[in-house]
Amino acid sequence: MFDVISNSLAVLFLSVGVFFLWVGVIGVIRLPDIYSRLHAATKCDILGAGLALIGLMIYEGLSFNVLKLLLVTLLLLSSSLVVGHVIARAARRIDLVPWQENREEKLLLEKEKLFREIFKV
Amino acid sequence: MSPFFIGVSIILMMGVFATLFCVFRRPNILDKVLVVNLIGTNALVILILISYISNRGACLDVALAYALLSFIAIVVFARYIESRGKF
Repeated sequence: MFDVISNSLAVLFLSVGVFFLWVGVIGVIRLPDIYSRLHAATKCDILGAGLALIGLMIYEGLSFNVLKLLLVTLLLLSSSLVVGHVIARAARRIDLVPWQENREEKLLLEKEKLFREIFKV
Repeated sequence: MSPFFIGVSIILMMGVFATLFCVFRRPNILDKVLVVNLIGTNALVILILISYISNRGACLDVALAYALLSFIAIVVFARYIESRGKF
């Protein structure tokens, strides 16, 4: 009985974790900008891998391997934060501009406005 | 439970290949660092699943070392790109 409950909980947690890992993959493929892609990738780290590892911990039961899994989870929790911050800071320092909707059209409109102001057309 | 683990790792492997083929079109180098992070996380989960599929406890230690190494590699790459400046 206990076996059935722990196995079904493990399957549930693993499925949710795999869902979030795929959310990260689709976000990195589809989103337009490095900052928004970073948002998707760090979600995938914490939620996806964390939930999958929690499911495996439930499946394992009580043994020495749970300690290693817990260690990997804590390492992922802290390293994901540091990685997100470092990549965002590097993107900021090398002047990557954030994505805007219709960026070229807005630039053209601004140039036109400036032209009219200068030459009084 | 072993067939379920095999199916889960195949699904994760499909995600890894999808990111790997879609990152070739990006011109920016920081995207590649980001994808290294994503693939590292997926490979970590796949390694732990492999250790449960094949009943080998040593793969867990490999996964722990892999997490540490990919973390350090990404931090070093990002700091290097940041210090190199605009390109």
